[in-house]
Amino acid sequence: MTDVIDTLVGIAPGSKLDAIRAQRSEARKHAQASYASLFEPKDQGSVTADERHAIAAFVAGLHGEPKTSAFYAAKLPAALGAAVAAEVAAARSKGPYGLFPKGPLSSEDAPGPTWKVSEAGRKALGARLSAAFEHTHMLVFHPRDASAPSLQALLDAGWSTTDVVTVSQLVSFLAYQIRVVAGLSTLASTL
Amino acid sequence: MSTKTTEKTLTPPPHTEPVVFTRDMLDWLPWLEPLAEGEMTERHVASLVDAARIKSPYFRLLARDPAVLEARTRTDKDIFYNPEAGLPRAERELAAAATSRLNGCIYCASVHARFAATYSKRVDDVQRLLDEGVDAKLDERWEAIVAASVALTALPLTFGKEHVERLRKVGLDDAAIADLIGAASFFNWANRLMLSLGVPATQASAAKSS
Repeated sequence: MTDVIDTLVGIAPGSKLDAIRAQRSEARKHAQASYASLFEPKDQGSVTADERHAIAAFVAGLHGEPKTSAFYAAKLPAALGAAVAAEVAAARSKGPYGLFPKGPLSSEDAPGPTWKVSEAGRKALGARLSAAFEHTHMLVFHPRDASAPSLQALLDAGWSTTDVVTVSQLVSFLAYQIRVVAGLSTLASTL
Repeated sequence: MSTKTTEKTLTPPPHTEPVVFTRDMLDWLPWLEPLAEGEMTERHVASLVDAARIKSPYFRLLARDPAVLEARTRTDKDIFYNPEAGLPRAERELAAAATSRLNGCIYCASVHARFAATYSKRVDDVQRLLDEGVDAKLDERWEAIVAASVALTALPLTFGKEHVERLRKVGLDDAAIADLIGAASFFNWANRLMLSLGVPATQASAAKSS
């Protein structure tokens, strides 16, 4: 089975980075198993393949890491891909921002916007994916602003509690995978 | 007409939210219903990897998608616990604590600051990171590790050759740098789950629910 991180970084068998990743063979194997469980699940439950790939392409686009962005965007039907790309262009930001619980840390508060899908995007994506994209933007750029009402917005848009766990894992896994790809690509460029 | 019932978030019991970064043990209260122990299948239980985690509402919530929980847990364990070569455990934990400090995950920071302090014995340095944040004065090696963790966490990502060179200068080899990348990246995964699915509580305050 192809290892997605190896593919995106361009790690060739027998290379120095291949040997380094081999020292953490369980992490390598289960990072790939995490990918497989999210994007090639044995039981996809009520989260469709297009929904999974659309959210992933949105997360990757927000991070601006070119290799992962291209990888996930390529898995989308053309119309959905165009809708995702349009929202990415409008949603790029800097992070992490957000508020701390009121108290001594309030001096470190970095308030910022709660992003909303565009009207055109809402038509193209539908209510369910639009709610997921708005939640995803918060998770990517200002996760410390999370609250129970942000989860309720997902439930109200038709995601079940179990779906919300899957979507949260998917966005958070991507936050990991993209950073590993970016980090190892940088390391590879110095070897 | 068939209408699907919309599910509701949970209202945690009365509790006190911590308002500073701390090495104290904290509780965590979910905003979504974890699986009840009694309704968990063998697959759900296996996804916990450690049987003791069945007592944790966080892991019983994540067990709703057992395949990804199991893979995530096994990834986590190898990144942090594999003693073979690479970055010393204390500094993998330092990267996790620094990432959590920057993202603002008070719960994750408490756990990994405790580990960093235990394994390094540098309690004051770890506490300074919690108190002052990722610009805290530590020493050259720890400052390089924290700076690299920040560059791998903040968006847009800025981790570049200059970070790799700085890490090499303070004694990290390629395997150690790869471990740092793994640890900081993994906490960008963990922080987002912990921050968005529930809320931390001081231990004295939280009702011992479930």
